[in-house]
Amino acid sequence: MNVSGTDLLLWVALPYICLAVFVVGHVWRYRQDQFGWTSRTSQLLEHRWLRWGSPLFHLGAFMVIGGHVVGLAVPASWTEAAGISEHMYHTGAVWAGSVAGIAMVAGLGMLCARRLLTRRIRLGTDRSDKILFPLLSAAVLLGISATATHNVFGGGYDYRETVSVWFRGVFVLQPRPEAMSGAPLLFQLHAVTACLLFAVWPFTRLVHVWSAPVGYLVRPYLVYRRRATTTAPGTRRPGSRRPDTRRAA
Amino acid sequence: MRVMAQIAMVMNLDKCIGCHTCSVTCKQTWTNRTGVEYAWFNNVETKPGVGYPRRYEDQEQWKGGWRLDRKGRLVLRSGGRVKRLLSLFSNPDLPALEDYYEPVTYDYDNLISAPAGPDMPVARPRSVLTGRPTEITWGANWEDGLGGAPEHAGGDPNLSGEWAEKVKFEFEQTFLFHLPRLCEHCLNPACVSACPSGAMYKRVEDGIVLVDQDRCRGWRMCVTACPYKKVYVNHATGKAEKCTFCFPRIEAGQPTVCSETCVGRLRYLGLLLYDADEVGEAAATPDEKDLLDAQRNVFLDPSDPEVIAAARAAGIPEDWLDAARRSPVYALVSKYKVALPLHPEYRTLPMVWYVPPLSPVLDAVTSAGGNQDDPDHVFAAVTRLRIPLEYLAELFTAGDADVVGGVLMKLTALRSYMRERTLGGDDAAEEEAALDAVGLTAGEAEDLHRLLAVAKYQDRYVVPAAHKEDAAALTAMENRCPVESSGEPASARKVMLGIPTLRRTSPEGHA
Repeated sequence: MNVSGTDLLLWVALPYICLAVFVVGHVWRYRQDQFGWTSRTSQLLEHRWLRWGSPLFHLGAFMVIGGHVVGLAVPASWTEAAGISEHMYHTGAVWAGSVAGIAMVAGLGMLCARRLLTRRIRLGTDRSDKILFPLLSAAVLLGISATATHNVFGGGYDYRETVSVWFRGVFVLQPRPEAMSGAPLLFQLHAVTACLLFAVWPFTRLVHVWSAPVGYLVRPYLVYRRRATTTAPGTRRPGSRRPDTRRAA
Repeated sequence: MRVMAQIAMVMNLDKCIGCHTCSVTCKQTWTNRTGVEYAWFNNVETKPGVGYPRRYEDQEQWKGGWRLDRKGRLVLRSGGRVKRLLSLFSNPDLPALEDYYEPVTYDYDNLISAPAGPDMPVARPRSVLTGRPTEITWGANWEDGLGGAPEHAGGDPNLSGEWAEKVKFEFEQTFLFHLPRLCEHCLNPACVSACPSGAMYKRVEDGIVLVDQDRCRGWRMCVTACPYKKVYVNHATGKAEKCTFCFPRIEAGQPTVCSETCVGRLRYLGLLLYDADEVGEAAATPDEKDLLDAQRNVFLDPSDPEVIAAARAAGIPEDWLDAARRSPVYALVSKYKVALPLHPEYRTLPMVWYVPPLSPVLDAVTSAGGNQDDPDHVFAAVTRLRIPLEYLAELFTAGDADVVGGVLMKLTALRSYMRERTLGGDDAAEEEAALDAVGLTAGEAEDLHRLLAVAKYQDRYVVPAAHKEDAAALTAMENRCPVESSGEPASARKVMLGIPTLRRTSPEGHA
């Protein structure tokens, strides 16, 4: 088994470094910067592009993330055991993936366009956005190009035999760099940009993903809080008393 | 009965001269920062007029407040919980900056740095958002004193009834008054109910509605849900901000900045005790015109021994109960019933109430050739002149002109009685009868007159200081302004309002 130093660097060191930064970064940001933890909405300043771009991007992203989970985390043997043949899987993945990918690319394109073209928003773009938007665009475009080149128009490439094996190896602490070293360049570039995206995640507006307000569905409408129980930012201990909420309407 | 205390406000609109001192001092205190240049926690509108933001009262468009569904249950007009989460990506009912106005600054530097020339140098307006020269085409009070009213004021959402077609915006044929507005600190706040993050809350102790800047994630649903459009997005921090009722001052027993600096002395601050268990039911009152009485029924009589006992059991301190008994707000709202809520039909149970202005009716008396000092003429006008009355009813009583008329009759009877008393006229008995007709005794009239006309600072603002023993966080407030938040040790502080920097630098010695 020959694994070059570059492969070790790209497919073992880089993912682990990025994951470490991802985890530690989130802990640090959550403890230190609740005030900066926001979606940083700019709808007030521009809403015509956002109205289409943002839902397209977000809904596309949900589908794309779901597709990645199935494609990367679920071994091919499991889907076959479930009675889904390789051909069925491939067809489904290409169709659903294309729809999701196109929605995400179109949405992201609109969001980038408004950020560049609307002066009010361009001036309000901060450093983290200047890293996040190009990196996210690169990851998304490389991903959809890889799919288009190899699986839509090309002869078909079974990434579940290589990329997925590498991906799972990272998480079970048995890295398999050799599985990735033979993958087509577009898949490799997509994987590298994705790793970098995870590394910058905690330092950008992407943190708002973890604040998706699903708890709102079951919360009482009215929220009362005592003045005395409010604590300073950064000192709120996990498990400390929740705000006093009561149903009044 | 679950007794809670609320610091509430009443404004006597007849005294408002539209000087905007409240707005300006509020802005200097709270919103002179990047990101909220366009926001006025307190603004003064000319009525009739479209308001700020434009046509905010049109809830068909902006979806603010609550409504009853077909089964009579109280639901947010902007939709249910699932719909709200689905509109996180793009909120279809969020006002755009153009609905407020584009904030500007001026090229002041040009005034002194322009080269010598034949013309006076001018300071051109420049957009704060783009840094480029811009035209000023709208503002928070663009129609001050009915300026441009023939063009714009027809867009006032309150001018919707049949009578409204007769409203003329021609000089000497119209009426106007000023309406100062701030957050209503509602008993049933729609903004709090719409906040997906649970960042907005109503304080148990004094009912002030606040945004926790550390928990707000910028989902901007509060802006839509507030029918008064008094929650604003800070476009620099991406978080919601709103009127804080100057809580650091209130906690110290001082009036809000807008009240403190009110030139016309038209604001009153005081406590109201209310039964929190009744709030939901009152807000769900089937007929909109019954909402006023329903809300008054939620308020508790601070002199009632049962209420006092329940309040003590709820932990409300004695000096607060005493302040509640001396509350000018309770007197105007519940005892004399001359104050009315703004748009009760939004069902949020607002807590900033207004004594409706008599001046539109007096203007109408004069333009009809009557004598506005003659109470008979005024009574006749209140009964017969529909236009100002219907308009006031749209604002304050969900369209019930009889209630507004009753308040105006009371004010008229009070005026003529006190004129009689002061100038020593000859038909005192007649004036007493007029008082009696509006349900006032001579003693009550004296008291109400004192409250409305001569009340001093300590009578207008009865604000009990917060109790330090139950508010450890308050010690943080003693030496400094709560807006200055960076560079402070993390141990004792709650940051309620964002500072203009996008992200605070990590303070030294941070835990």
